Amino acid sequence: MYRAVTKGLTAVLFGIWFALITTVFTAMPANASGTIKIGSFLALTGPASFLGDPELKTLQMYVDEINQKGGVLGRKLELVYYDTSGKAKVAKDVVKRLIKKDRVDLIVGGSTSGTTLAVIDIVEREKIPFISLAGSIKIIKPVKKWVFKTPHTDRMAAAKIFEDMKKRNISKIALITGNGGFDKSGRAQCLDLAPKYGIKIVADESYNNADTDMTTQLTKIRSTDAQAILNFGFGKAPAIVTKNVRQLGIKLPLYQSHGVASKKYIELAGDAANGVRLPAAALIVAEQLPDTDPQKPVLLSYKEKYEAKYGPVSTFGGHAYDGLFIAVEAIKRAGCVDKAKVRDEIEKTKGFVGTGGVFNMSPEDHLGLGLDAFKMVEIEKGAWKLLY
Amino acid sequence: MGMYEQLLQNLITGITVGSAYALVGLGFAIIYNASDVVNFAQGEFVMIGAMSAIFLNAAGVPYVVALGLAIVITVAVGMALEKFAIEPARNASVVSTIIITIGASILLRGAALLIWGKDIYGLKPFTGEQTIHIGPATMLPQNLWVMGCTAISVILVKYFFDHTKTGKAILACSYNKKAAYLVGINVKKMLLISYGLSACLGAIAGILIAPITFFTYNAGVMLGLKGFSAAILGGMGNPMGAVAGGLMLGLLESIGAGLISSGYKDAIAFIIILLVLFFRPSGLFGKSAWERV
Repeated sequence: MYRAVTKGLTAVLFGIWFALITTVFTAMPANASGTIKIGSFLALTGPASFLGDPELKTLQMYVDEINQKGGVLGRKLELVYYDTSGKAKVAKDVVKRLIKKDRVDLIVGGSTSGTTLAVIDIVEREKIPFISLAGSIKIIKPVKKWVFKTPHTDRMAAAKIFEDMKKRNISKIALITGNGGFDKSGRAQCLDLAPKYGIKIVADESYNNADTDMTTQLTKIRSTDAQAILNFGFGKAPAIVTKNVRQLGIKLPLYQSHGVASKKYIELAGDAANGVRLPAAALIVAEQLPDTDPQKPVLLSYKEKYEAKYGPVSTFGGHAYDGLFIAVEAIKRAGCVDKAKVRDEIEKTKGFVGTGGVFNMSPEDHLGLGLDAFKMVEIEKGAWKLLY
Repeated sequence: MGMYEQLLQNLITGITVGSAYALVGLGFAIIYNASDVVNFAQGEFVMIGAMSAIFLNAAGVPYVVALGLAIVITVAVGMALEKFAIEPARNASVVSTIIITIGASILLRGAALLIWGKDIYGLKPFTGEQTIHIGPATMLPQNLWVMGCTAISVILVKYFFDHTKTGKAILACSYNKKAAYLVGINVKKMLLISYGLSACLGAIAGILIAPITFFTYNAGVMLGLKGFSAAILGGMGNPMGAVAGGLMLGLLESIGAGLISSGYKDAIAFIIILLVLFFRPSGLFGKSAWERV
């Protein structure tokens, strides 16, 4: 698959090369020379650096690779990036800088929902294509003309979980969430979506993400008639919840969100993690996908390249891969870096196979992923097992 | 599952969590006793103890040795803090010294971030993970370890202050530094011992709860805050009050969350602390101010 992409890329470049030779002397636009500037603002330090770090590494790795192969439209790519530390205020400043001073052609970045939402106004005003790497559904709903995103939303995660619950005839569940932004947004989506799937939330417990023990909340849940427990969160808290559930001898199925889709969770929760189900990006079960899955070669190629250079992959770096290549493909189709044309082409992205799924964007959907982009995964003997 | 069973489970959780708060609170009280200073780096001692144990063990040091070494490391850090940050500023006011401890806590947290990174780590439990059933409630062997070791630590600290010369000398410093100095007590050394002892208790708390919860470089902040609340609740400067305060805080959180709402868990605990301070400003077991003069 990847080879096919590169082949296509060379073919396109070859065509452009010819076109350039014939037209270069007649009509050369002022900006056709020099590099194509891709701007980025990422949380490279601070608490969200676990997002920004793999994102930057991915962007750098693929920008280098594209340049080695001759660039896009015969021009080299140039990555201009700034660190936001995950702070909304800093994000606003650096995005203004990217647009006004660095004069980037488009922006791929915004590790956290907070930093992304903070710059939407600026991006819309300045009319520059922006592909966000953050999770919140608010980024693309309601649709903003210049704003796109690549990661799955928490709403999709909730929907995927409820779908699985319905399959198992679970209709009453207990919800337990933390006090972080991710937790709260996830909780809101769960509460909103549950009735649509005929699921009743019989307990709605919460904890502080810095808490050392959640048995109190789970004891309360144990006394309800819930048929399953859903924990929406990330970091150490879901691992404590998982351990506490087993410790209390609760036999109910435990669901986690995509927030725990990292090896660290299994490592921390140990044996208690066995049997836990969660929706996750296909990257963590890439090897288990059937060979017919169009995503498989893309995922394996990304994983191999990233791991050869930096170490274990995370789905977050994958979001940056998707963002970068959706942008590159759009520029190629537009045949120039005219902002309005590139924006239109990003919106027309169809059948783009990325790490997050197969993207089909439209004027109404600036994400373009369906529920099938999430895989339902169960932890079995300390390893991910792809269910469907 | 009735109310009674729920209450029993909450009791177990409350005492376990409260034990950790009690040890941290005890550390606060000891330093406050010796120098009238609230040491805001107390939570960092807990983190350093836990993280050192985790990393020594991961590096191949035998389990028990790793735990012991972790305590030694933390005590060394505590004493270094006193020697290089507190002692040079011994003529500074109490408020300035407290600010120094806040600075030290930020420094220690930063150092931990550099050494251990931002990742989350866990520690293997002392003895297995076989759930123990007590009637309808359940607990892990580690819960028993936490309660037992806390009890032993508290008894030892009490014995130290009541029956040893050094312990009494520290108490003497707390009543009147100048008088203590005049009767030949080495005030500087007593302060050093206090910091060492506080660090030791912090490290023990960290090691005890590391297998139950998990640790990151910044996990000390919340535990420090809870320990501080425990010490305030029990009466600052009364070590046994701090222990009682810690246990009460743990129970309040757990039972409050169980009976009322987990969303208000921290709020319930802090409201009760505020009420206590409103009616008894020197804490539940605190000596009134005039007694100290």
